[in-house]
Amino acid sequence: MTPHPDLNLSRRELLLSGAATVACGTLDVAQAQPAAPASPTLAKVSLKVNGREHGLELDTRTTLLDALREHLHLTGTKKGCDQGQCGACTVIVNGRRINSCLTLAVMQQGASVTTIEGLGTPQALHPMQAAFVRHDGYQCGYCTPGQICSAVAVLDEIKAGVPSHVSADLNAAPQLSAAELRERMSGNICRCGAYSNIVDAITEVAGKPA
Amino acid sequence: MKAFTYEKARTPADAAAAAARVPGAKFVAGGTNLLDLMKLEIETPAHLVDINGLALDTIEATPDGGLRIGALVRNTDLAADARVRRDYGVLSRALVAGASGQLRNMATTAGNLLQRTRCPYFYDTNQPCNKRVPGSGCSALGGYSRQHAVVGVSDACIATHPSDMAVAMRVLDATVETTQPGGAARRIPIADFYRLPGNTPHIETVLAPGELITAVTLPKPLGGRHVYRKVRDRASYAFALVSVAAVVQRDGAGRLALGGVAHMPWRVEAAEASLPRGAQATAAQLLAGARTTPENAYKLPLAERTLAAVLEQARS
Repeated sequence: MTPHPDLNLSRRELLLSGAATVACGTLDVAQAQPAAPASPTLAKVSLKVNGREHGLELDTRTTLLDALREHLHLTGTKKGCDQGQCGACTVIVNGRRINSCLTLAVMQQGASVTTIEGLGTPQALHPMQAAFVRHDGYQCGYCTPGQICSAVAVLDEIKAGVPSHVSADLNAAPQLSAAELRERMSGNICRCGAYSNIVDAITEVAGKPA
Repeated sequence: MKAFTYEKARTPADAAAAAARVPGAKFVAGGTNLLDLMKLEIETPAHLVDINGLALDTIEATPDGGLRIGALVRNTDLAADARVRRDYGVLSRALVAGASGQLRNMATTAGNLLQRTRCPYFYDTNQPCNKRVPGSGCSALGGYSRQHAVVGVSDACIATHPSDMAVAMRVLDATVETTQPGGAARRIPIADFYRLPGNTPHIETVLAPGELITAVTLPKPLGGRHVYRKVRDRASYAFALVSVAAVVQRDGAGRLALGGVAHMPWRVEAAEASLPRGAQATAAQLLAGARTTPENAYKLPLAERTLAAVLEQARS
């Protein structure tokens, strides 16, 4: 982008003026609605992460993703878009895959969370981790923890008979086809484009020839 | 995100009372839409009432042969329920056409009904939007409007309702059950649940402040062929440009609703009498009075063609 000659703002000034515009634009709403609490609200949260109990005191605004990364220092789970569109933050909570960026830690009080660190270790990889390595199911690796957590849960969902958009017959057991895996993994974006190798890896773990 | 206080509700009546008592309170269940909007400060609740602990997560048969779906039943569980797959296929199909596996694991039945629009100007806090800041204007009317509504629009708002599930619920004549802050129960037919934008596009449903959805009930099964067809920019994980939910009987009679074309799931019962005469006649009635922009006018022929494809699928 070419800078406008008359606008010689620093990045900081530009950000400040942008913030002011936003503040003016939403003034009506701010006045119409009750003020937020003057100070942040803290809450005690206990989580069982990868089999270990943790007691935390968190700002109520803390997402599960930020609790995992910033407070428990489990940085395997990645922050991509932080709005539920990319799937990099996928973890398994009480046996189900979710976007950890779109739930508050305080809402997960007492939950059992499995992150990529809990699936396997470098010495003892989870079969899905090993298959991703074998099939080159990644390039930069940023989406990979989310892809793997998602893939592990997808196989459970198929086993449990959860239908998908591409299931031909709603009343039959879902198939383990490439089309099914692609559809079920659509909430995990890979900008390097490792999709076909990811499908191969999942297919191998599912016990079907790739 | 603005700071907020937080409580977990124990009963539906407590939840409704808490939401009515604390100014600026909101319910949170799945949170998949609310949290996103809170991060952008489009939603700024001062208090969150977490309703996940309420025992509203079961699907039960009703005495009249229908189903009562708890407000907290997750989209995945509703789509996978054997009775829903067998008797209400259009609902199962609509659910799995929406969002991603991760989101469907969190999103609830009631929350899905209450999704806010995905209009880009609603999301862009630098632009006027009557839905976000009442009275500020509609940026979509003179802006990028390819995704926007073509029927039931107003000069104040041309946003669409983003839900797939709600379109199926409309075709099935579901009823929304609520608890009001005083503790009284209310039953709202889905036909009366949503509001057109008019001059108050920020008021999207007939729910009163603090009124809590407890369940959605389905009448006894309709039989027939159930079809949900969604047209979108990519094959998965995208909102509808146009969608058609239909239940078609052997004799060609049936009912249908459209998604992606209005501020609410769009159903015109009078148009359904034309179904045996085909898509063109039906679409003409269904979309009568449409008001398009140059960018979204394509939705009219697209809706007709999608309906034609649905009718062909239902006959096959």
